[in-house]
Amino acid sequence: MQEKNNIPEFNRETLDLVDQIIKRYPAGRQKSALLPVLHIAQSENSGWLSPEMMDYVASLLDIQPIEVYEVASFYSMYNLKPVGNCVIEVCHTGPCWLNGAEKIIAHFEARLGIKPGETTADGKFTLKTVECLAACGNAPVIQVGQEYHENLTAEKVDNLLEQWKRENKVSHTNPYL
Amino acid sequence: MPLLKVTIDNIEVEVEAGTTIMNAARKIGGAVVPPAMCYYSKLEGSGGKCRTCLVKVAQGSAKDPRPMPKLVASCRTMVQDGMVVQNITSPEAMDSRQAITEFLLLNHPLDCPVCDQAGECHLQDLSYVHGLQETRTDEERRTFKPIDIGDKIKLNMNRCILCYRCVMVADQITDKRVHGILGRGDHSEISTHILKAVDNDFSGNMIDVCPVGALTDNTFRFKSRVWFTKPFDAHRECTKCSGKVVLWMKSNEVLRVTGRKDKYGEVEEFICNDCRFDYKELKDWTVEGPRTIERHSVISQNHYETVAGISVIAPK
Amino acid sequence: MATKILLNNIEVPGLADFQVYRKLGGYTAVEKALKTLTPDDVTEEVKKSGLKGRGGAGFPTGMKWSFIDKKSEKAKYLVCNYDESEPGTFKDRHIGQLNPHQLIEGMIVGSYALGATTAYIYIRGELFYVLRIIEKAIAEAYQNGFLGENILGSGYSLNLYCHPGAGAYICGEETALLESLEGKRGNPRIKPPFPAIVGLYGSPTVVNNVETIATLPWIVNNGGESYAAIGVGNSKGTKLISACGHINKPGIYEIELGLPVEEFIFSDEYCGGIRNGNKLKAVVAGGSSVPILPADLILKTAAGEPRLMSYESLAEGGFQTGTMLGSGGFIVMDHTACIVKNLLTFARFYRHESCGQCSPCREGTSWMEKILMRIEGGQGTMKDIDLLVDIAKHVEGNTICPLGDAAAWPVASAIRHFREEFEEHVKLQKCPF
Repeated sequence: MQEKNNIPEFNRETLDLVDQIIKRYPAGRQKSALLPVLHIAQSENSGWLSPEMMDYVASLLDIQPIEVYEVASFYSMYNLKPVGNCVIEVCHTGPCWLNGAEKIIAHFEARLGIKPGETTADGKFTLKTVECLAACGNAPVIQVGQEYHENLTAEKVDNLLEQWKRENKVSHTNPYL
Repeated sequence: MPLLKVTIDNIEVEVEAGTTIMNAARKIGGAVVPPAMCYYSKLEGSGGKCRTCLVKVAQGSAKDPRPMPKLVASCRTMVQDGMVVQNITSPEAMDSRQAITEFLLLNHPLDCPVCDQAGECHLQDLSYVHGLQETRTDEERRTFKPIDIGDKIKLNMNRCILCYRCVMVADQITDKRVHGILGRGDHSEISTHILKAVDNDFSGNMIDVCPVGALTDNTFRFKSRVWFTKPFDAHRECTKCSGKVVLWMKSNEVLRVTGRKDKYGEVEEFICNDCRFDYKELKDWTVEGPRTIERHSVISQNHYETVAGISVIAPK
Repeated sequence: MATKILLNNIEVPGLADFQVYRKLGGYTAVEKALKTLTPDDVTEEVKKSGLKGRGGAGFPTGMKWSFIDKKSEKAKYLVCNYDESEPGTFKDRHIGQLNPHQLIEGMIVGSYALGATTAYIYIRGELFYVLRIIEKAIAEAYQNGFLGENILGSGYSLNLYCHPGAGAYICGEETALLESLEGKRGNPRIKPPFPAIVGLYGSPTVVNNVETIATLPWIVNNGGESYAAIGVGNSKGTKLISACGHINKPGIYEIELGLPVEEFIFSDEYCGGIRNGNKLKAVVAGGSSVPILPADLILKTAAGEPRLMSYESLAEGGFQTGTMLGSGGFIVMDHTACIVKNLLTFARFYRHESCGQCSPCREGTSWMEKILMRIEGGQGTMKDIDLLVDIAKHVEGNTICPLGDAAAWPVASAIRHFREEFEEHVKLQKCPF
């Protein structure tokens, strides 16, 4: 992504992808592409949707900025505030709770030194609790970007954190590429 | 098209096909009319959300006399020929209305003593008729700070019941909407997201359609309790709107200008911001006479025929 | 051996690959439908099959299709509801991940029956990795002439696309899903009109669950009557059950409807019994929204009959002593589970997922969560328990969409069957677990 005077702009490849998505919907229904395009926009903007980025998406789809804000603030996958490089989303709904999700959350808290909703001081990790990820048979479950990690134990969490630290994990990659 | 016969609280009325139960009840008038906190006949797609107008359909139609399994939103349910509806005669509907009133008040600040809407607030009226005598909750209420959206309109989100009317006004009668419902569930709020002024020729109508004190007129803020003002029908030549308004006067001073509202609190015609905010001198207006205020206002108790010093020119 | 329609080849390596699926008899339903059946013939077979919507509501699929306004000049749409988000339910993820072509094949025959030339798969945004598997499979289907212009020279054309959601359980409600597909907030629409008349872009639309659609190829290949021969009573065919919680073998099982619940929980072929030899305490049999039942009532009806995994048997006794098959999300709790805490997680879920459009759901879900937090935290009163029942009663049936009911039923049923446990929390001023 390039920025000119704080106005974001997708590169050619991303714009082609956006065009291709818009074509999936009937003519004049380009607003339908809003959810997929916001996913892309978020991945191109360090994992969150800034007002400037949302205004840019509005211009791409020829809709009013408020239509983008309304949608972006409705869906829980869109972040309206900056996040860390690696966003760890821990499911804590019934079935995961029955299988020890609280212990997993506590373990992440202890290892990262942050509470759900917070980002580590070095900006590397954000911890979030989320509602049902539809993987209850393999509870407890977390999501990191497009990856699911299931049947978690404290030991698995340690290994994952080691690995993510080693590879400087970035969870907000373009989901289509 | 033959008219459809519908019975509401044992009163029969004939209406055209495509009429809602709410509007059939309004045709009868009086006590059988369900309260409407979100429905607004002048706004397309309004209604269905607040659930205060739920009624019982005891008989679906002459053809299919089965009752409907759940209470229905009278503002969004079309009548069928031979339909039998129970509103105030249905204990179930009354019980639900009491519960809905409680839900609407759950996060409401109950700050009527310092609210400019007091006296003409539909939530006040609803609570007066359907509210519980006691409060069953001491949970913490969700709170927002009051903000100005533009220099003329105050948004006090704590009082909002999320009726969506102001959003529809912005969509349907202004050229560009900059505010909307943001967030989800009990965190939903009316907002512009980043602080933007709602600034267009008709934005002031958001105040008129607001059933509560969430959107109030900054130019009238704390000027007077509304029941100490005297409303007059008045008009002026206006290029943007009909210029037909109500002036809310205290002696010879114009404290507030609004659209003319009918007995259900709906404006007869939307007015422009010039008329509403910029012409606050009596000389700007031709006064037609005292405004009869019905039903939704304590002001209706304020009998008067003329006010000294105001020349009244009744329309021919 | 029980019939397998959805998981038949699920363990075949590379099943997501077109060639592998094709070799196993894949896409023969498309060939049969497009070459030998009229769209109405396909609908007729689906009607005969007795297949009910597998997303949770259990509405007969053939009947749902028959409501579509065929005379309308407007385009018709088939939309697959892949917004699987009901706690306890994780079957659809499996289908798209391992067997996407069966879903695509179902979309083709379903669209053909409805006269749709464009179809969408609306998949929850969290499952983007599954979306990409399906998109790859769609590309293969285009390459092999099963999608696109003039499929198999039949004159029938279909374009099929995936559309991601972005985190909203409510979009599993079909009209909220359509709003979301139109790029809006997932606010359910006020019905009527129903989608079959005014759906996507104002056009006649059918929205069906993943499992429902993935069953269609089998019905086309084998005939509706063969499908109806499986199962019991009005519960025809097979059903995927997502089993989780305190059991030895959590996972996805395809059962013939009518299997005894006791066999499902305790047999090694299915859940394999309760973990650590613990005692069965309660089951939520059809996803988080259906009433919870204590062990005795899930194994046997109040009349003492063995409870079966079927729409009718699970509902036997109404909500007083019965429950629902729902989406088949089967959550098992042993004696170590706190009913109040489990309920609190559900209440939090529904508060989080309420769209906020109508007042009973927006306010009621958050109120119930707050009270449950106090009870679980040891600050509850006996009055709170009755208050919860009263709130649930007034949310139920008074909302725009079924989310209100889904939030109310777990609360009402947990207190109905486990009231002592709530009272114990109040008396001890803490959670006893």
